Amino acid sequence: MPRIRPGRIVAWTLLFIGGVIMVTPLLFMLSTSLKDASQVYDLRVIPEAPTLDNYIEILSDGRFTRWFVNSMIVAVVVTLSNVFFDSLVGYTLAKFRFRGRYFVFIAILSTLMIPTEMLVLPWYLMASQFGWLDSYWGIMFPGMMTAFGTFLMKQFFEGVPDDFLEAARIDGLNEFTIWWKIAMPLVTPALSALAIFTFLGNWTAFFWPLIVTTSADLYTLPVGLSSFAVEQSIQWEKIMTGASIATLPTLIIFLFLQRYIVRGVMLAGLKG
Amino acid sequence: MSVDAHREAASGGLWSRMSLGRKQVIWAWGFLAVPLLFYAVIRFWPTFQAFYLSATDWSLMRPAAFVGLENYKRLFADPLFWQVFRNTFMYLILGTPISLLISFVVAYYLDRVRFMHSFIRALYFLPFLTTAAAMAWVWRWFYQPVPIGVINDILSSFGIPQQPFLRSTSQALPAVLAPAVWAGLGFQIIIFLAGLRAIPVTYYEAARIDGLSEGAILRRITIPLLKPTLVFLVVFSSIGFLRIFDQVYNINTNDPGGPLNSTKPLVLMIYQTAFSSYEMGYAAAQTVVLFLILLVISLVQLRLMRDR
Repeated sequence: MPRIRPGRIVAWTLLFIGGVIMVTPLLFMLSTSLKDASQVYDLRVIPEAPTLDNYIEILSDGRFTRWFVNSMIVAVVVTLSNVFFDSLVGYTLAKFRFRGRYFVFIAILSTLMIPTEMLVLPWYLMASQFGWLDSYWGIMFPGMMTAFGTFLMKQFFEGVPDDFLEAARIDGLNEFTIWWKIAMPLVTPALSALAIFTFLGNWTAFFWPLIVTTSADLYTLPVGLSSFAVEQSIQWEKIMTGASIATLPTLIIFLFLQRYIVRGVMLAGLKG
Repeated sequence: MSVDAHREAASGGLWSRMSLGRKQVIWAWGFLAVPLLFYAVIRFWPTFQAFYLSATDWSLMRPAAFVGLENYKRLFADPLFWQVFRNTFMYLILGTPISLLISFVVAYYLDRVRFMHSFIRALYFLPFLTTAAAMAWVWRWFYQPVPIGVINDILSSFGIPQQPFLRSTSQALPAVLAPAVWAGLGFQIIIFLAGLRAIPVTYYEAARIDGLSEGAILRRITIPLLKPTLVFLVVFSSIGFLRIFDQVYNINTNDPGGPLNSTKPLVLMIYQTAFSSYEMGYAAAQTVVLFLILLVISLVQLRLMRDR
């Protein structure tokens, strides 16, 4: 049992206070969402008479539910696509020997240098020519694969022993099955990191959805939230309810998957 | 029917006669076919198109005409661009050191804490999981005057005069930056923690045996060995601050980038040029300038990593 020194206690207390300050904005957001209009100026964190009326009103409005569903569809489809394609490409680049492999790798990696902002105008032009504006596909198409995910998966597939794959080949499995059934289960930590990052990134994405959507029916939550508040002539308790609805899913996911998420951030930060 | 069967047998025969290496090559390109098409159409083609568009006067109203470097000349003569340029670098110059300093100090002490370690880590990490569009509203509410604004309420209870925050041209930029720093801390802390863990304990033990003080260990062992982590985070957060948009747009939806353009970053200028004024060619030139700035930052990173 290590000796507890007073310095340690001071450091712990300061860290704890800092942590509480970090979540204060979230606490205020949640507490205000549980207050009615007359209590908003009362700054107590625990509401005097907590009520779910704001949530009922906002969710029965329909638009918010719609935006929530839109965000969910976009984030889930893009995540699945990334998990599939990024790992397929990462695997191919890590485990196959063929001429042009290095060139393909460098070409994909080089797209990391291009900021999204530069591609947005051509994407917009493309989307308007093909009629993709104001559609789910329009929101999703730029992110269906990423160089970051490909690079991350390649790093991990390089750690998979070739003997495993050779053994499967001798058993007569085809290459696709070898990848899907043998190699993929060996890199689940990387897959979960990739999935978490892609989901979070798309759930909170704002810039491109703001550009590509024009009708309120196709807004994602962040875009809806930014338009919602303008017309509501600032009713803070309603806005905080909307903000809570946009924030709670990721916070809840975090509560359940804290270990995986933290490990995923570390993996991505160190390998990426 | 016999012809079909014959053909099938022939192709099957061809496939089975192929060497394992040849088959591998065919599988590899088969796996890469769709992704390569995607990268060509959704990444490479738009990149070239952006450069081309930056040399045209394309707007949604009329067809594009080639104008050479006109857009760039106009941009560099535009006082708004220089203000935006200054704002963008203010976000970078204030945001990167402040956020890295705070996150390093937190990570350094958190690394030694065992009691409720993951709970405290979670408190710092949670803001990273939030949506900027939602959080901008929370902070906007905090910055309001009395009686709505939390911060001004606290200030007035200490007898400190009211602060205008988002309504002032000098205070608005730091006020917009604060939520961006706040939301990014958790990520940086986790990366620092990973970097600190990667330093072998034996180094510290040896240093203690040699009688080095905690401060000397920090300066001579921890910080030099953290250099790769540090370089990664400096570049990652610099790029983040140079591309700041969500926080700025959402904290002042009535007049994004206001008051009087005092908080407007480059990406917001690009957005407004393209989608409020519909001057696509001019906006494309601005995106190329952003690309060049980010390119320089990345090259500096490569350089720093090599010197290691």
